[in-house]
Amino acid sequence: MAQGSYYVPATAKWPIVGSVGLFIMMIGAANWLNGNPIGPWLTLIGSVVVIFMTFGWFAEVIRESEGGLYSSAVDTSFRQGMIWFIFSEVMFFAAFFGALFYARMFAVPWLGGEGTGAMTNELLWPGFEAHWPTHGPAELGGDFQTIPAFDLPLLNTLILLTSGVTITLAHWALKRGQRTALVLWMWSTIALGLLFLSIQFYEYVHAYRDLGLTLGSGIYGSTFFMLTGFHGLHVILGTIMLIVITLRCMFGHFTAKNHFGFEAVAWYWHFVDVVWLGLFIFVYVI
Amino acid sequence: MKRTNELIVGLAVMAVIIVITWGLFAVGENMPRGVTPFSQDVYQLHNTVLGIVTVIGVLVFTAMFTSIYLHRKSRGHEAAKFTHSTKAEIVWTAIPILILVVMAVPATRVLIDMEQTGGAEMNIKVTGYQWLWKYDYIEDGVSFYSALERQSNAARQIGSGINPREVENYLLEVDRRLVVPVNTRIRFLLTADDVIHSWWVPELGWKRDAIPGMVNEAWTYIMEEGVYRGQCAELCGKDHGFMPIVVEAVSREAYDAWVAEQRGEMAAAAHDSARLWTREELMDHGANIYQAQCAACHQADGSGLEPAFPALAGNDITTGTLEDYLKLVLDGRDGTAMAGFRDRLRPQDIAAALTYTRNAWGNETGDTVQPSAVAEFDQG
Amino acid sequence: MSEATTHHDDHHDHPKGLWRWVVTTNHKDIGTLYLLFSLVMFLIGGAMALVIRAELFAPGLQLVNPDFFNQMTTMHALVMIFGAVMPAFVGLANWMVPLMIGAPDMALPRMNNWSFWILPFAFTILLSTLFMPTGAPASGWTLYPPLSLQGGNSFAFVIFAIHLMGISSIMGAINIVATILNMRAPGMTLLRMPLFIWTWLITAFLLIAVMPVLAGAVTMLLTDRFFGTSFFNAAGGGDPVLYQHIFWFFGHPEVYIMILPAFGIVSEIIPTFSRKRLFGYTSMVYATASIAFLSFIVWAHHMFTVGMPLGAMLFFMYATMVIAVPTGVKIFNWIATMWRGSMTFETPMLFALGFVVMFTIGGLSGVMLAIVPADFQYHDSYFVVAHFHYVLVTGSVFAIMAGVYYWLPKWTGHMYDERLGKIHFWWSTVWVNVLFFPQHYLGLAGMPRRIPDYAVQFTEFNMISSIGGFMFGFGQLLFCYIIWKCARGGEPASARVWEGSRGLEWTVPSPAPHHTFDTPPVVDDSVAVHKDELT
Ligand code: HEA
Ligand code: HEA
Ligand code: HEC
Ligand code: CUA
Ligand SMILES: [Cu+2]
Repeated sequence: MAQGSYYVPATAKWPIVGSVGLFIMMIGAANWLNGNPIGPWLTLIGSVVVIFMTFGWFAEVIRESEGGLYSSAVDTSFRQGMIWFIFSEVMFFAAFFGALFYARMFAVPWLGGEGTGAMTNELLWPGFEAHWPTHGPAELGGDFQTIPAFDLPLLNTLILLTSGVTITLAHWALKRGQRTALVLWMWSTIALGLLFLSIQFYEYVHAYRDLGLTLGSGIYGSTFFMLTGFHGLHVILGTIMLIVITLRCMFGHFTAKNHFGFEAVAWYWHFVDVVWLGLFIFVYVI
Repeated sequence: MKRTNELIVGLAVMAVIIVITWGLFAVGENMPRGVTPFSQDVYQLHNTVLGIVTVIGVLVFTAMFTSIYLHRKSRGHEAAKFTHSTKAEIVWTAIPILILVVMAVPATRVLIDMEQTGGAEMNIKVTGYQWLWKYDYIEDGVSFYSALERQSNAARQIGSGINPREVENYLLEVDRRLVVPVNTRIRFLLTADDVIHSWWVPELGWKRDAIPGMVNEAWTYIMEEGVYRGQCAELCGKDHGFMPIVVEAVSREAYDAWVAEQRGEMAAAAHDSARLWTREELMDHGANIYQAQCAACHQADGSGLEPAFPALAGNDITTGTLEDYLKLVLDGRDGTAMAGFRDRLRPQDIAAALTYTRNAWGNETGDTVQPSAVAEFDQG
Repeated sequence: MSEATTHHDDHHDHPKGLWRWVVTTNHKDIGTLYLLFSLVMFLIGGAMALVIRAELFAPGLQLVNPDFFNQMTTMHALVMIFGAVMPAFVGLANWMVPLMIGAPDMALPRMNNWSFWILPFAFTILLSTLFMPTGAPASGWTLYPPLSLQGGNSFAFVIFAIHLMGISSIMGAINIVATILNMRAPGMTLLRMPLFIWTWLITAFLLIAVMPVLAGAVTMLLTDRFFGTSFFNAAGGGDPVLYQHIFWFFGHPEVYIMILPAFGIVSEIIPTFSRKRLFGYTSMVYATASIAFLSFIVWAHHMFTVGMPLGAMLFFMYATMVIAVPTGVKIFNWIATMWRGSMTFETPMLFALGFVVMFTIGGLSGVMLAIVPADFQYHDSYFVVAHFHYVLVTGSVFAIMAGVYYWLPKWTGHMYDERLGKIHFWWSTVWVNVLFFPQHYLGLAGMPRRIPDYAVQFTEFNMISSIGGFMFGFGQLLFCYIIWKCARGGEPASARVWEGSRGLEWTVPSPAPHHTFDTPPVVDDSVAVHKDELT
């Protein structure tokens, strides 16, 4: 049960800043895609506004939180918000995993003449045999090779799993009030995140340059890069969040009992971790 | 007293609703019964289900209106206090389940029958294009395009001044009909070249999507000679409303004669692609091809629909070098509605279309394009 | 549950004028913004529908060219669904959820503001495509590839506008879930919550689950068009039908997103004007949950003609039919609520009753559509158009109007003009049937949907339908007038407003003060609206 009062800010000016930022950003991106030279600039401006808004907004919330305005009920609301946000992210990835499963279990076999696809294969794609990985019967994007799972991807899996452990250790340290350990564990988590990103980046360059594997490599390239790409974006976001939280820890924010901001980021990090496990299994291994 | 009251009101309301519903469906057109075994199964199924849901509706509304009539405050009715009744709730969960089972059984049977596509006596490949159909008779080797017939096409233009009511089979007539024999098990292999279309002739009892890169199967067995009309049923762009389907079911003998005739024409066409054409022939044929294949986008007078569809009158490519023009028309332009016509048209058609567009509406290159030139260009 | 008092950080700034609405965090203000926005969108979307109906008044093209017609169809649907109906329900939730559960405000007030303020920008982008050289999207609201990929310059704008709407909806839904789960007054147990709250809780869950899937689907469209991926291109091993699966995995729950809160509203109104408690409260809750669950496994009933394996078609047919059972439970429970009540027929009740009848008609035609072999005929014909307008217009929109009349006195403190309200109801009900009923016949007779021109045998019913459309449409101007008039003044409304009403929202004065339930009320069965163990 809550103690104290439920804090309702009288006004909020950040949301409108955020909306305008998103507006400019989206208009910019669309113009960019249409080849309009103003596009990249608008996207940049919009992004800067959105980033400005994010920092402003969070700073305000942090100030209020540190100022003791929040009750445990507010804390619960934040927790709820974060949980459902992560759930929505899970569903976003589900769409791409769904595409991957559909392509592998239905589309490609049909094109290869299995099941209801007999005539598809005979009339439109004669000679195409279903296999995975594939760039489809028209061999879009040219020949390519895949990245073996039990190589760098395995290493990356271990890195992310380890980072899951280090952030948990950081959490324990926070709960025990061991600030130095906390900060150290946090920085190691961040380091692991950055290491993961570097390896992923190396892998992408390698894929594009040496393996011929690109976004345009048919359905394999599409699912591979979209899934790992969106995951990578989430890792980048997660790492930024980790850095912010770590700096806050260094400024002495959070108490052993009250540290929702920390936990939210930890949840997010675990979520990113779990998605990677799915990726590792379904994109690389199988 | 109270019970009889409810009964009388209930019956009265029910009578009114039945009369209204019946009246509505009597004036309304119900679904066509069709001319294939399945269209008739589907028709039966439709009527069964429609009947069942109508009865459900009548019962539900009767109960409601009875209550509305009897249990009004203005009639001095006092509110009762009950808030639930497990018995009633079980009943109105169970009964709908039973009704659904009654509907699901025949539906399942008909569906399983329809999905048996084996045992075909002939196969027709149907390909949807923006915005016409192509038919390939696989066994008989006949193939042709089928597009909206000229008169309808003229009448449907905005501000055409032609009254659609005076055009016979307005929007439901094509330049070349799909001729098929009756009492034959025909399998359709449906696909598309650009976007998704859907092949629908109500009298045959089904529609099936034509999907680019995929082939769908469906079959029919027409029992009566006649002309059956339908339309594309999946939004496929600007002229989705203008790509009709006309099936002409004829006797076996008539069909065989028709095939022979088509073969003769095709042989002549093969000869045509090799011989030298006169300018008049090219312009004439070109006008036809242009109207059938290009005018949907570039408009009958070559004025286009800017900015999406460029004008060909005074166009740089149209009046430019033959190589560029041929390349564009044969390969199309990726990522736009401008498709490649290499597989869609014969060399003489392309030659004619090019000749025509290079010399019509003030385009005055003055040259002619021979079918052999197209074939040559294509070979390299 | 929070037993705490509220701290409104009100002392330092009191913005005035327009700015106040831009920076507000108050759930009532934001609710009002949502509702007004939705009304504007309804008029815009309706005006587009009138373009469609005007063109279809007679055979032959008269007013617009086919491409513009398709733009109208597409934009009409996008505007109505994402601009009118969904924001209207969110607006009602904003106003009523805190009032009905005894909360001081929404759980995350700042984010609440943001959820709303993204919308005007998203729709500015969407509507601006109408003025682009290649025009607005014209591939139907379902945006099926490859057709949608042919869309001109507007394509990217549309995708990003949909992303923004998605962000807004997800944040709005998260807020509602958090509010309902976390902010209930002491004693407001889950099974004491009014049905409107229950239906919104489940709707919000659906939103969080499926809006991201839509975002994923349109993102794949975007990359297929601009970055060379081949999700929906068979040549590269993809499949255009894959898009349809992902879209409808979102799309079907989406239609329940637009009807469950309507069920909630009707479940509030019918007991009030029957002066009797809701019949079968618990089974109503379970029915709502079952509908939500089933909505995830029926999506392919929109795709029976794409050529699915037989087993899949059978599965989706059976699953779809099963939805009739819990929905039937709702209909029967409403009738049982009326049964032996003491009914009066003020405008909200009229709209609720109209809802019950006409939604049932739409639901029954839905069951017909679920029968696969029959759907081979019905699909993409006007029969489908008739079905979904019965559930959407006489379903969702009628329920929204019922809700607006029901709570308008609480919002404004004035009674609306009852006589005009009744005229509005009867006018709408008569013409909406003239508008949509004939479309059933058109579909059965073979008229495909999304066509700008038709064969002459379809003329009569199209004319009738168009006349109905114009009459119904202009009738809605009366609705606007009634709201305006009520906001300006009128007979003062009491706190209770309706003789038979129960629930926390009727314990606060009318108009509801800017801040309510700063100290949470204590709820027991006498206030709880629907406890069905009580007699
Ligand atoms: C609010 C929105 C809403 C709602 C609630 C529904 C409810 C239902 N819909 Fe509808 N539907 C749409 C909006 C909605 N729909 C839209 C927008 C489309 C078209 C999308 C597009 O293509 O653009 C569509 C299309 C659509 C199709 C695809 C048609 C096609 O394209 O070929 C189908 C097929 O199964 C279908 C079925 C159903 C069913 C079974 C229900 C059920 O939930 C109905 C349940 C209700 C009842 C059955 C009535 C009450 C019950 C009783 C009185 C009990 C007794 C009854 C029986 C035993 C039968 N709908
Ligand atoms: C909630 C959703 C919703 C609502 C409320 C409506 C409301 C209406 N709809 Fe629509 N409709 C859809 C959702 C909805 N529709 C969907 C999803 C489609 C499918 C799209 C697709 O195929 O992709 C569709 C498609 C659709 C079609 C088929 C188009 C086609 O296939 O080509 C038609 C045709 O009659 C139609 C008509 C109408 C009409 C007449 C109304 C009327 O109820 C509207 C009444 C309201 C008004 C008329 C506004 C009143 C205002 C004024 C008159 C004043 C105007 C003033 C100003 C602008 C200042 N709709
Ligand atoms: C389905 C619609 C469609 C059909 C049918 C069609 N075109 Fe096109 N055509 C287009 C579009 C769209 C473009 C513009 C492509 C772009 O944006 O670059 C185009 C471009 C062209 C151009 C290049 C014009 C320029 O300035 O870039 C020529 C020439 C042309 N078409 C000729 C033809 C001929 C000849 C035919 C018939 C044999 C034909 N088109 C059929 C849609 C069509
Ligand atoms: Cu082809 Cu619609
Ligand atoms: Cu559905």
